[in-house]
Amino acid sequence: MSRSIKSFSATLALLLSCAAHAGGLAVLGDVVHTQAGPPIENGIVLIEDGKITMVGSQATVTYPADWKTLHAKVVTPGLVDAHSTVGLAGVLNQPKGDKDELDKTEAIQPGLRALDAFNARDPLVAWVRGFGVTTVHVSPAPGSLVPGQTLVVKTAGRSADADALVPAAMIAVALGEGAIDTGAKGPTTRSKVAALLRAELIKAREYAEKRAKDDDKKPALNINHEVLAAALRGDMPLLVTADRHHDILTALRLREEFGFKLVLDSAAEAPAVIDEIKAAGVPVIVHPTMARAGGPRENLSMETASKLRAAGIPIALQTGYESYVPRTRVVLFEAAVAAVRGLGREAALDAVTIDSARLLGVADRVGSIEQGKDADLALYDGDPFEYITHCTNVVISGEVFPGEKRE
Amino acid sequence: MNILPAAHRTAVFLAICALSLPRLLAQEAPIAFTGARIETASGPAIADGVLVVQGGKIVAVGAAGSVAIPEGAEVRDVAGSTIMPGIVDTHSHLGGTVNERSGPAQADVRVLDSVDPRDDGFRRALAGGLTTVNIMPGSGNVIGGQTIYLKLRRSVDIADLFVRAADGRPTGGLKMANGTNPIGTAPYPTTRAKTAAIARAEFIKAREYADKIARAGDDASKLPPRDLALETLAEVLAGKRVVHHHTHRQDDILTVLRLKEEFGFKVVLQHVSEGWLVADEIARAGVPCSIINVDSPGGKLETSDLNWTIGAVLDKAGVLFAYHTDDAVIDSRFLIRSAALGIRAGLDRDAALRALTINAARMLDLGDRVGSLEPGKDADFVILNGDPFSVYTQVQETWVEGRRVFDLSNPDDRLYAYGGEGAGARGPVHLCCFGNHEGGVE
Repeated sequence: MSRSIKSFSATLALLLSCAAHAGGLAVLGDVVHTQAGPPIENGIVLIEDGKITMVGSQATVTYPADWKTLHAKVVTPGLVDAHSTVGLAGVLNQPKGDKDELDKTEAIQPGLRALDAFNARDPLVAWVRGFGVTTVHVSPAPGSLVPGQTLVVKTAGRSADADALVPAAMIAVALGEGAIDTGAKGPTTRSKVAALLRAELIKAREYAEKRAKDDDKKPALNINHEVLAAALRGDMPLLVTADRHHDILTALRLREEFGFKLVLDSAAEAPAVIDEIKAAGVPVIVHPTMARAGGPRENLSMETASKLRAAGIPIALQTGYESYVPRTRVVLFEAAVAAVRGLGREAALDAVTIDSARLLGVADRVGSIEQGKDADLALYDGDPFEYITHCTNVVISGEVFPGEKRE
Repeated sequence: MNILPAAHRTAVFLAICALSLPRLLAQEAPIAFTGARIETASGPAIADGVLVVQGGKIVAVGAAGSVAIPEGAEVRDVAGSTIMPGIVDTHSHLGGTVNERSGPAQADVRVLDSVDPRDDGFRRALAGGLTTVNIMPGSGNVIGGQTIYLKLRRSVDIADLFVRAADGRPTGGLKMANGTNPIGTAPYPTTRAKTAAIARAEFIKAREYADKIARAGDDASKLPPRDLALETLAEVLAGKRVVHHHTHRQDDILTVLRLKEEFGFKVVLQHVSEGWLVADEIARAGVPCSIINVDSPGGKLETSDLNWTIGAVLDKAGVLFAYHTDDAVIDSRFLIRSAALGIRAGLDRDAALRALTINAARMLDLGDRVGSLEPGKDADFVILNGDPFSVYTQVQETWVEGRRVFDLSNPDDRLYAYGGEGAGARGPVHLCCFGNHEGGVE
């Protein structure tokens, strides 16, 4: 839809709703950070039917007196966590109960879908929403070579199907320690990790070629090969979790060989190979800023995001995977620490809103406060990055949710 | 054989003295920090304060003008900074501490024999402003072993880090645990009832052991054979060693209080995730709590209701409480942040400061030596560039006993504050083109 038609539709919707029915929502902010332009002092966001219909100044924008209103010191776009396991890795962490983040029955299982395991009503989905997170890119946990497909989903808490933005977004791949299986159910060396992945991609390519022909030799539908074939066509990126510098270079080498779209994930040692990443034009979903230093992440830095962004590499921030306590991180907090470790407040907010949405391919729907986009907002009683500020309300597609639990 | 004439030897000796002199003076001459806001943790904050330290101790602290700066003192103008007491962490696993898995009762095991003081975590802890830590065995046993209280002096020998008692012995507590963690398969308990029974049986044995020693008096022939586990538990029964008891669920917390009542030991409740449900019972028992704030609940059954209001609830109930890292659950660089999250959930700001410092020191029976900025106490303090509870503030310097052990402006220290190439002690990147950092402690 062109911008002018969009704008016309929005205006029409606004006129119709003003005339015909109440039910709109006006969100007023002492400061509104739109991430689509400079912050607006005493700003206002008008919302109808789940969409943003108007963004502007309280001085000039009017709305019907019977509309519901919310007020906050600071309003931002709903936060977009670029990589999480929330909804798969349940709060109780009980096998057979809610521990659905990783299936290790086989090393390579691109056919597995996060969509089929995501529990929209897990308490942790509501927990992260309470801090302003309205969209999460949910992935299986690293721990096998190809653990499955990812899902971009809203945190409205209804169901995977009802809340999905992209039901099958990327194919998760782990390199290095995340793929090496000490229990020897999978590869035990980096060489074997790469060999297995290459062999699988070659098989998928041959499969796709044979499936394209309409003859007797057409192979049966294979959900694993179908997914990797989509990657080879460029329809689904590979989300490759690689922390060590040489694992990052392996990801770039395989991309060169097979031509898939690559999104680097975690990338703790990315600063050591920053020129190579930059030259490949590959975006990076940077490890959680406060992730523990150890194992493949022993050389991680709270300045990784800042360094990569300064080099011109597209970045987004994430919470990743937590196997124990806490069960999930909150991307707002990871952004806060990145902001004060060189990234700066504006870039840090971009990294959990519009930049994250662009990287995930959902910037037409979410990530900024603009007319026509989904009405996903986070409301705060102060600087969102300060430790002692509160998220007071969250809006998802116009629906108002409470902010963080405070007593 | 001397190859220099005597006069030259004297000259060389004097030259060496002269070279050493500034260093000796740095230890012995007083240093006065001026212009900072000083959070003493023993009284109201001082807006424009002076802190004087000498010989590893605090000599004076007070408002500008009210404190005489000693003659010959090195004066450091730190205007705009905040100085607070060195942070005391009541529960840490720095140095790679683990669980002994040969049985559920391990009172003879000393964590000091397994801590690696070269672990890179110690450097990160200094970057977080920590100066005293209680390092503990894990919570996989009913009785996990002896904990060790350490001062984060820069050293590679753990004995140099001990906080020694008057008799020269290292101080520490006893780790115990209940709830899900010590439950397993035999010889581990499989129920909560058995967990408590194992603990009771061990303490009953220890009481008999102590009685035998008391009855033996001066008659060495009547002494029981020395038993490392029972003598440790006897120290607990005698009130000389504090029990640090891992416990989460409200009923498990009450079980600890029941055991305390039966055996009369001193105990600090550790984690206390559901403490908000039994805060009044905890207050009545007069038992302190060491708590943790993590970024989300969950990860195990007992922490599914964990939330940041626990500090405010305990404070209101009159319970002495402190925040801990359980490092690596919380990275030691973010312990101050944990207390800030407590403020976010309703805790009084001054109470949050005490919960990082003096309250924690008192739980380790070190409240007369560390935890607040008062004359006579160890010169353990942190210099920050603003409000400790703001995300925009960073620890600039950490001092232990009058020596600076962390300086953010030093690139080697900065590496551990922020991380980066070479910060990983156990697996540095060894390629020519990536520099030549070895990592680890110098």
